[in-house]
Amino acid sequence: MTAPSRAEAAATGSRSGGPAGRTGTGRRKPRISFRHRASAWDRRYSPYLYISPFFLLFAVVGLFPLIYTIWVAAHDWDLIMGQGEFVGTDNFAHVLGQRAFWISLRNTLSIFILSSAPQVVAAILIAYLLDYNLRARTFWRMGVLVPYVVTPVAVALIFSNLFGDRFGLVNSMLETVGIDAVGWHSGVLPSHLAIATMVNFRWTGYNALIFLAAMQAVPRDLYEAAAIDGAGKVRQFISVTIPNLRPTIIFVIITSTIGGLQIFDEPRMFDQYGRGGADGQWQTMTLYLYELGWTRSDFGLASAVAVLLFLLIVAIGLVNFVITRRISSSEVKR
Amino acid sequence: MRTTDHAEENTSAAAHPGRRPGSARGAHRRAHVLRGIALTSGLALALTACGGAAGGDDDGGVAEGEDVSLSVTTFNEFGYEELFTEYEELNENVTIEHNKIDTAENARDSLRNSLGAGQGASDIEPLEVDWLAEFKQYPDRFEDLSDPEVEGRWLDWKYEDALLEDGSLIGYGTDSGPQAVCYRADLFEEAGLPTDRDEVADFLGDTWEDYFAAGREFVAESDSAWYSGSDNVWQGMINQVEVPFQDAEGEVIADTNPEVKDLYDQLLEASVQDELSAGLTQWSGDWSDAFQREETFATMMCPGWMLGIIEGNAAEVEGWDIANTFPGGGANWGGSYLTVPSQGDNVEAAKELAAWLTAPEQQLKAFEVVNAFPSTAEALESEELLSATNEFFNDAPTGEILAERAEAVETQPLKGTEYLTINVAIQDAINRVDVDGSDDPESSWQKFVNDMEALR
Repeated sequence: MTAPSRAEAAATGSRSGGPAGRTGTGRRKPRISFRHRASAWDRRYSPYLYISPFFLLFAVVGLFPLIYTIWVAAHDWDLIMGQGEFVGTDNFAHVLGQRAFWISLRNTLSIFILSSAPQVVAAILIAYLLDYNLRARTFWRMGVLVPYVVTPVAVALIFSNLFGDRFGLVNSMLETVGIDAVGWHSGVLPSHLAIATMVNFRWTGYNALIFLAAMQAVPRDLYEAAAIDGAGKVRQFISVTIPNLRPTIIFVIITSTIGGLQIFDEPRMFDQYGRGGADGQWQTMTLYLYELGWTRSDFGLASAVAVLLFLLIVAIGLVNFVITRRISSSEVKR
Repeated sequence: MRTTDHAEENTSAAAHPGRRPGSARGAHRRAHVLRGIALTSGLALALTACGGAAGGDDDGGVAEGEDVSLSVTTFNEFGYEELFTEYEELNENVTIEHNKIDTAENARDSLRNSLGAGQGASDIEPLEVDWLAEFKQYPDRFEDLSDPEVEGRWLDWKYEDALLEDGSLIGYGTDSGPQAVCYRADLFEEAGLPTDRDEVADFLGDTWEDYFAAGREFVAESDSAWYSGSDNVWQGMINQVEVPFQDAEGEVIADTNPEVKDLYDQLLEASVQDELSAGLTQWSGDWSDAFQREETFATMMCPGWMLGIIEGNAAEVEGWDIANTFPGGGANWGGSYLTVPSQGDNVEAAKELAAWLTAPEQQLKAFEVVNAFPSTAEALESEELLSATNEFFNDAPTGEILAERAEAVETQPLKGTEYLTINVAIQDAINRVDVDGSDDPESSWQKFVNDMEALR
């Protein structure tokens, strides 16, 4: 309400030609009408207004929880009783001194590598097949997305039955071929392989579609030129398709890094207890966090793990970022 | 997702400088706006949903005849399905929503979470005896259920366990878990052992040493194991220790208590050296499947509620029976309480339902359905219970056997606030040796000691 009245005052001031209005340098200022001011404000501030929903939402659902988690991590904090004493970095020191923490870090990285690496390779190959002029193209393309639509818990239930130690289908098949049964729930690497299989089942098709979209953006004349130069299909794939996919590959690697490091549903559903095995064989960082926070109801420790996990993801994200920059700058040079 | 979207835009734009036409970028931005709208409307929906839930009757009182919806959480098998229907017929204004959780651990986690969040708990929540003390730490989160009308209903120990220092009552006792030994008479016969349930009771003996010796005799003559896994037997053993994991002050003594270590060593020697164990963890998929297999296991620690679980897993399998004995004397395994969390909208109606569900008549009905053994004095003495037989267990007089097993229970162990956490840790230690084979008994015990250090 004050703005228009001030503007009015300014307007009348200039009309009546008061002493302030006449004196040299200050003269232009009062002449600006409200319309001008409004449009200046519009130009200056409304872009912020337009983008503000994102930042407001981000502040509420992203930034606030992040800072609050750090706050909780610095306190003795019971799930039910709430905030306790301020303990500074004690929670971090305690967590870093636990064998279980380092085991969970090992498991997280191992499952992440076992799932992400084959996933990206398989997704590119599937996308390459789908890029051809197949019959019933839409059917195949939607088909690869079906595993993604199934809820992860259902996937985990089915797979943990397949990977049963005694009577699971996978072990029965191995035994008919003459290979010893594998202790999917007792060994470290077997359990990671089984969980990585679930993750790959779920995400490969999704990533394949992203690659497919990128592949279709590759100019077809590049392939024609390559064909004229005598390049076979394999050579075309390696020398034309892959280089053009680089940015997409990096995007997929970043998203699967974030997803892979936060993996929860699959290991949680892998056995009946959901704690990650009697020896923590497949206890990932999120499962460890859950155990501290919900089973032991120590939110302080759980938050400390959450912050450490965040730092780990940021660190790996930075590595990705450096690689991204290197690749993009090398392309510019080319 | 949001950050990754940006990453995509950045990397693509950086990688193809100038290739992206303006319109494509505009489309991208529109997508963002659309997503923003979708998000905000989703949020608004969620908020209104919360408002709706909170708009209920806050004082907890329900006028006569007013429609009430009550939610009840249970885990495993409480046998309440038919009782709910009956209660709804008796009280036409009440509808009951049943929230069934698979394992006790998951029920506990979800209750903790609801109490922490201040919302989300059912109107009636179960507490298992192993984590009763843990939740007794939060008396202000639960309604005081003490009521002169129900006093004297339960066995003394069942009632006293749920009493708080100030005399208020946190929960009404449901079932109790006096244990007998279930066995496969057909496998006993194949191994040339007695099959009649009284003879088997003699054969199994009175101590753990007798029980393991009988097992050695059995496995020498059979392809099957003596018991499903060490964790099953452990529950029988540990429930006979008066002060197992925490002393009266709540101090953790699990790793220094010689009684616990002796039982641990005795059990693992029987499981690993004598090969009495089938190496299956309870409740796992393999464990459930094994009931139907040729090569399986012959005995099982059997509190009343376990009968229903065996019957479910071993459907169509003939030969299960139950012997009126238990190694080392009597012992209770499990048994629960019904509580009314204060956060509920209809605590008064919930109290009524909880009192009704735990009354002797209803306990007997639950026993009939899933063999949840009663914990009220009246039900224990009733002719209905004592004359109950179980067709699946070769028409055994399960009521009478379990009632005698209940009488044989001499100790109610002191279960502290960390009982469940510690018991889970020691079962992990046992499973590392018996199931996973990743440790020998000593190295696994050392890991357990470290777990206890972390807990202190």
